[in-house]
Amino acid sequence: MTLIDYGNGSPAIAGDAWTHVADGAVLPPDRPATISLERWKAGRDGLTGRNLPLGIRLESHERIEEILPDLPRFALIALDFPNLNDGRHFTTARLLRERYGFRGQLRATGQVLRDQIDLMKRCGFDAFELPAGKDAASAIAAFGEISVAYQPAADAHPTAAQLRHRQPVQAMAS
Amino acid sequence: MYAYDGLDETLVRERATQFRGQVARRISGELSEDDFKPLRLRNGLYLQLHAYMLRVAIPYGVLGSDQLRALARIARRYDRGYGHFTTRQNIQFNWIRLADTPDILDELAAAEMHAIQTSGNCIRNTTTDQFAGVAADEIEDPRPWAEIIRQWSTLHPEFSFLPRKFKIAISGSPSDRTAIAVHDIGLSMLHGPGGETGFKVWVGGGLGRTPMLAEALRDFLPGADLLSYLEAILRVFNIEGRRDNLYKSRIKILVSTLGIDRFRDLVEAEWAQIRDSALRLDEAEVSRIRARFSPPAYEATAESGQFAGRRLEDAAFARWSAANLFPHKQPGYAAVTVSLKPVGGIPGDMAADQMDALAGLADEYSHGEIRVTHRQNLILAHVRQDSLYDLWRALDSLGLATPNLMRVTDIIACPGLDFCGLATARSIPVAQRLSERLAEIDERHDLGELTINISGCINSCAHHHVGHIGILGLEKAGAESYQVTLGGSSAEDASLGKIIGRGFGADEIVTAIETIIVTWLELRQDGERFLDSLRRIGPAPFREALYGRE
Ligand code: SF4
Repeated sequence: MTLIDYGNGSPAIAGDAWTHVADGAVLPPDRPATISLERWKAGRDGLTGRNLPLGIRLESHERIEEILPDLPRFALIALDFPNLNDGRHFTTARLLRERYGFRGQLRATGQVLRDQIDLMKRCGFDAFELPAGKDAASAIAAFGEISVAYQPAADAHPTAAQLRHRQPVQAMAS
Repeated sequence: MYAYDGLDETLVRERATQFRGQVARRISGELSEDDFKPLRLRNGLYLQLHAYMLRVAIPYGVLGSDQLRALARIARRYDRGYGHFTTRQNIQFNWIRLADTPDILDELAAAEMHAIQTSGNCIRNTTTDQFAGVAADEIEDPRPWAEIIRQWSTLHPEFSFLPRKFKIAISGSPSDRTAIAVHDIGLSMLHGPGGETGFKVWVGGGLGRTPMLAEALRDFLPGADLLSYLEAILRVFNIEGRRDNLYKSRIKILVSTLGIDRFRDLVEAEWAQIRDSALRLDEAEVSRIRARFSPPAYEATAESGQFAGRRLEDAAFARWSAANLFPHKQPGYAAVTVSLKPVGGIPGDMAADQMDALAGLADEYSHGEIRVTHRQNLILAHVRQDSLYDLWRALDSLGLATPNLMRVTDIIACPGLDFCGLATARSIPVAQRLSERLAEIDERHDLGELTINISGCINSCAHHHVGHIGILGLEKAGAESYQVTLGGSSAEDASLGKIIGRGFGADEIVTAIETIIVTWLELRQDGERFLDSLRRIGPAPFREALYGRE
């Protein structure tokens, strides 16, 4: 797995400080960790005392609305894409950024395809786990392949309509 | 018509370049066919029985003459010299080499065209009335709104991987020529309480294995809220729609499972959150796009006496005029349907030479504009009545003047087993033999409006459920079997056809349809339409004629 970090607005291969911990496994004492939604719902009491950042993983059918009050506890949310036909988390990502105000890392996991990255980025993802064997340089080159956006989304990209009708910038009187 | 600005052009060029990279990665082996498939399918490239097929978008069916020439060039250079117009106002090329597709997309981009989202589980080409800007009963020209939807839906970051494909139709007139009732979303324009224009919104129509007519979702949606409301519908569909079963993943299944009221509650709740967002349409942008569709400069011409005279002199011209002309709101003008249904021909096919010639005729007679209809014909929308005779003669010499719009030989047929990898039976040869057999009966008896639609499998691309007579090609014990439905309509009196009885073999189907028509002629009153007779007398006489008293 290669992690591409887009947190500061330019994509780069990054080391991963996080560990995805399987259900039932012990959380590492010294590293930030993610757990499944299932585990969070079952036993949050044992988790809330940790002094390390906590992340949560959602499968494609799971809904963030289940844990809205808990969002501030998470420094990372990982949304899984099991295959190319399951685009539900494109919506989840936008809602997290645009409606629920999530500011932590939003990470795409699973079948993250090079050719979806631009779209994921627009929906608010800022970290991407490339599946094993995928070319990271090619994935980085995919950022910004399409420079025009017709619709508003979770990123700050101005839409075509906004660019068309932007008021000309007034020259400053000197 | 709409003309690209720098942003539109940049987007299609970048998309073509992106696809060039995807094809290169496929050819080098970096991408397996499994990985490549979803990518090519988002750009209209299908692998069919014999070759790749490329479907090119014709947004809301409107083409400039130079765009038609570009299509002719592509047909000649990369295909076998022809193209096939589809029921969704697009064009398909059936004999494409994978390695050529990037160059084709570049040529399309140069003509302000593309293949974006002509396939795949995303928002497809928005279709509209072929008589937009022409029909006298129009509330407003729907094309600017269709262009607004085109832009919003193009490479939409959230809705590019939906549960299933998604089709939107928009009509500007109370007379529905867009088959609103069989679309995932149908929009029909109307005046709101304060006289402003907006839309009645329909949802959940569709054909395929489980045909359903759309239900009314909202009685009035102000124009400025169009995109936020569409986004709310799509968002509910993306989250709630089924993904576990291909045949249950269209929005119609979601709407019927939840019930329209519950579905509406979800949409309205979502809409309330985003209605006042950046999706609200900016009047400056609406005006900019509207200005692109302002009417052409009509010449003041009186209703032409010459036109009436020619019809008296020339019976063939009179017959074509009666069948293929549509009244224009501008006095002295008419909209002309160019039939792509010659008797015995392949419905919707057009040769490159015909495209070039028609582009010339469009320049000469119709402000350089051509439209594609969902019946797989073409339109020259603004022709002076005193030019009609000359135009007709020119069309006739090109084989494009069959006088059969909405008549029994104006058959809608999908490519079927001759091309399509999903087909269970052939549809093209059935259409050809039917039109040969029925042309003569129509000439003798004047059958009036009678539509026949033939699909080569349950996917129903030819909308057989809404043909007055529908034919569905299935496979039964290794042989083709054709199921007949009667009584469908996609007009404002929309209805789904009902199966008349057991299917017919490939050697029986033409005779079976002939039997239905001959039976009808004996029962027909006062020149009524087949559909009206059927609604009056029911299917029993037809069943008896086909199967005897069983
Ligand atoms: S109806 Fe079936 S056979 Fe015909 S084009 Fe569609 S998928 Fe192919």
